[in-house]
Amino acid sequence: MVNAARAASAEPSRGLALRIDNLSHGFSLEGHKLPVLERVSLEIEPGEFVALLGPSGCGKSTLLRLVAGLEGADSGSLTADGAAITGPDPTRVVVFQDPTLYPWRPVWDNVALGLEARRLLKTTKGKVDEALAKVGLSQFARAYPRQLSGGMAQRVALARALVNEPRLLILDEPLGKLDSLTRIAMQQELIDLWQRQGYTALLVTHDVEEALLLANRVIVFSDRPAQIKAELTINRPYPRHRDDPYLVDLRKQILGLLGLGQSW
Amino acid sequence: MSSVDLVVELERSKPSARIFWLQGVVAAVVWFVAALLIVYLPNATRLWPMTQGLANLCLIMTGLILLAVVAGRWSQRVVAHTHTLGPWLIALPILLTIWELLTAKFGVLPVPFFAPPQALLDVYVEDWPRLADSLFHSAILLGSGVAVGALTGFIAGVAIGWSRSIGYWLHPVLRILGPVPSTALLPLCFFLFPSSWSASVFLIALATWFPVTVLTWSGVSSVDKAYYDVARTLGAKQGFLIFKVAIPAALPHVFVGLFMGLGASFSTLVVAEMMGVKSGIGWYLQWAQGWAAYANMYAALLIMALACSGLISALFLIRDRLLAWQEGAMKW
Repeated sequence: MVNAARAASAEPSRGLALRIDNLSHGFSLEGHKLPVLERVSLEIEPGEFVALLGPSGCGKSTLLRLVAGLEGADSGSLTADGAAITGPDPTRVVVFQDPTLYPWRPVWDNVALGLEARRLLKTTKGKVDEALAKVGLSQFARAYPRQLSGGMAQRVALARALVNEPRLLILDEPLGKLDSLTRIAMQQELIDLWQRQGYTALLVTHDVEEALLLANRVIVFSDRPAQIKAELTINRPYPRHRDDPYLVDLRKQILGLLGLGQSW
Repeated sequence: MSSVDLVVELERSKPSARIFWLQGVVAAVVWFVAALLIVYLPNATRLWPMTQGLANLCLIMTGLILLAVVAGRWSQRVVAHTHTLGPWLIALPILLTIWELLTAKFGVLPVPFFAPPQALLDVYVEDWPRLADSLFHSAILLGSGVAVGALTGFIAGVAIGWSRSIGYWLHPVLRILGPVPSTALLPLCFFLFPSSWSASVFLIALATWFPVTVLTWSGVSSVDKAYYDVARTLGAKQGFLIFKVAIPAALPHVFVGLFMGLGASFSTLVVAEMMGVKSGIGWYLQWAQGWAAYANMYAALLIMALACSGLISALFLIRDRLLAWQEGAMKW
């Protein structure tokens, strides 16, 4: 259904509208239920860049897994362009914190994974080369993942996601394990790619500054079970600057919401 | 530029390949001395045939090594292939000479049980049709059994690792039947199966099947779940997850299983051939021992050692091809 809608639309990679309604979810742990998400409601417009912030282990990543369709929610509803999310779909692609490249596949074959899984590879080989070029790794097409640095591996993971022309890009702390210089460079790349491709982006991060630099809207979650504590809209043009007094002010505000106001 | 400078320049620009392979020369000398001892020391117990043949073999070795010494001065490839062998090329003729002295020359070791090297050479020259035939039959039997066992083991391992319901039925069978030494089932199988050959194929297959199954299973179930998540979000279906994710990720384990299975299959092969099958290297060993033809037995053992080692080497060669992506894999 989603695929049909996509085929009919004039712009192939326009963003997807995501609607989360009264969503609750828990884990079974030694017999009893551990609530992770509690009645979360959120609406995301096509093409929006939304960042989810919250204390560590509050359930943000679980929310992403539900949106990706990797798990089914206990109650509440999740819809993508009005259709219920019942399983994974290549229109909603995840970039995980670990690049999780397949070590037995060279870089090119890793990027081609989604196209190969959907049996589209024969007609779309050029897309793989394009995606590799986009993240600046064309020369490493034949390299094995073990030969890449952390930043390069994560860029391959990004290319592997983008080659599928997702309408929703789900970013689960994708820059969390990178060194700070690589991180700054990749934040810029994420913005550029998002602006060029027009997909909807949903980012989980621990880094308040990162959320403020990238997102149109920042959602702050409470401790587990996660509930939405605050929503902040950031009306600032890109590229944004870290020292922008408006962002500095917002950062103070968010850290306060996260209970870290004193440490600023 | 004066002529002295030119000479110095030439001296420096000499390729490093043009080195004098001292170990090679020493090895050639030792092989030559071995040849002389074999020919000119009188035999103690009896006049062994092929004594001259053995000496000639040593002379051929001398010649080959000298050739490598000379060729090594021009070809880097020859150097790369021969120079690491140096210490072994020296040790082998020494060991051969000790063996020769203890048996043929001084008769220190009791004669029928310990054959001198020329007796083995004699067996290879005289009895090679029977040896080749035995080797061929062993190869067919082993090949059939290992192929069946490895294939079914691989399929069973993937099935148990992947599907809970298949695992429910196969797991108990694996736990009960697997650890039983397959040679223990030999008497049973010889009357259950129409021929001793088919019984042996079954037992060799069983010996291979168990480690391959267990290791494949452990490989499939230890695949990082995140690999599946990635593939699923990119639109992969069940078949892709099995053939393009689970199996390649499990392959390093599968090769450990094949290695262990191959080892188990060798011993099952030999026992099966000694007990029932009327052909093959195992049968040859038994037959030689029955006739007190110990030289034949040693000759067959040596061939067997080389064949088994060759098979394991071939397996590792295939592994190195398929798992080139792995870092720091063990070298056979």
